[in-house]
Amino acid sequence: MRGAALALIALVLAAPAGASEQRPTAAELESELVCPVCETTLDTSNAPVALRMKAYIRERIAAGDTKSEIKAALVDQFGPAVLAEPPKKGFELIAWVLPLAGLVLGVVVVGLLAWRWSHTRKAEDEPAADAAEPLDPALERRLDDELARFEP
Amino acid sequence: MTGRIRLVAQIAAVAVVAALLGLLGWKLTQDGSEVTAQLDKGGAPVAPAFTLERLDGKGDLDLASLRGKAVVLNFWASWCGPCKDETPLLQKGWKRWQGKDVVFVGVDVKDFRGDAKDFLARYGVTYANVYDGKGSTVGRYGVTGFPETYFVDAAGNVRYRIAGPVEDAAELDAGIERALAPA
Repeated sequence: MRGAALALIALVLAAPAGASEQRPTAAELESELVCPVCETTLDTSNAPVALRMKAYIRERIAAGDTKSEIKAALVDQFGPAVLAEPPKKGFELIAWVLPLAGLVLGVVVVGLLAWRWSHTRKAEDEPAADAAEPLDPALERRLDDELARFEP
Repeated sequence: MTGRIRLVAQIAAVAVVAALLGLLGWKLTQDGSEVTAQLDKGGAPVAPAFTLERLDGKGDLDLASLRGKAVVLNFWASWCGPCKDETPLLQKGWKRWQGKDVVFVGVDVKDFRGDAKDFLARYGVTYANVYDGKGSTVGRYGVTGFPETYFVDAAGNVRYRIAGPVEDAAELDAGIERALAPA
């Protein structure tokens, strides 16, 4: 029963993505593709090449092409720089991996510093705990003698 | 142990900074504004090399294979308005200079192949044209807009540049004469 419910939820969540892939809208593609001349997304560009690309997208949607097919055709013409999001493979993978690696590195560095700081504090606290221990009798006697000299 | 960790962290930090500086340097060397900068100072920079697919389907064209001839290198695109006015003038110029150690090469940039082929057919262009959809030549030559024309001498050095459309036959011929003149 629980498995069926999970499968249903997964299906409901996956349905819009599948529909978008099979029947993309011009608006979503224009927000995911970049004008190669002005380097802004197509939906914010009126450069001649952007207008031509928008017309091409509409032609391909009308012809029944999927989102991936339309993007692949445009990458073939203009190169991967036409994608607003870099592809998750090859050299462009760096654009995805580097921020995550930086984040992980930051967490590790902060963790190490916190660990070191807490251990340093502990080490500083330790002599105070030792002070509670009884002194050597000879040393204690000498301390009492010294203190007695200052008493009236 | 702590000292060792600190040393490793310092080396890693220096390595990251060095890598970022390397990336910056690489990016700057990819920028072809050096060609236009040298031209502006009266120099004759080496024309950046390229091998690109010909739009007539006859394989690739390597710029280096044209050494020994002056090359009129015209950057254009089918969606570019001024290119439509300029192309007939270039075609006439090609007819005039053909067979005189001068070669015309069009570089179609950031364009659809199909549109480019239609454009060439519409204007009856007979000189060689190559396809650079990704615009790999733009940065290296320092092209600032379309159209733009570079005149390369027989040794492969850029001698003159016209930013914007070539206005008339006299301007085109003057550029070619510069490319043909002894260095």
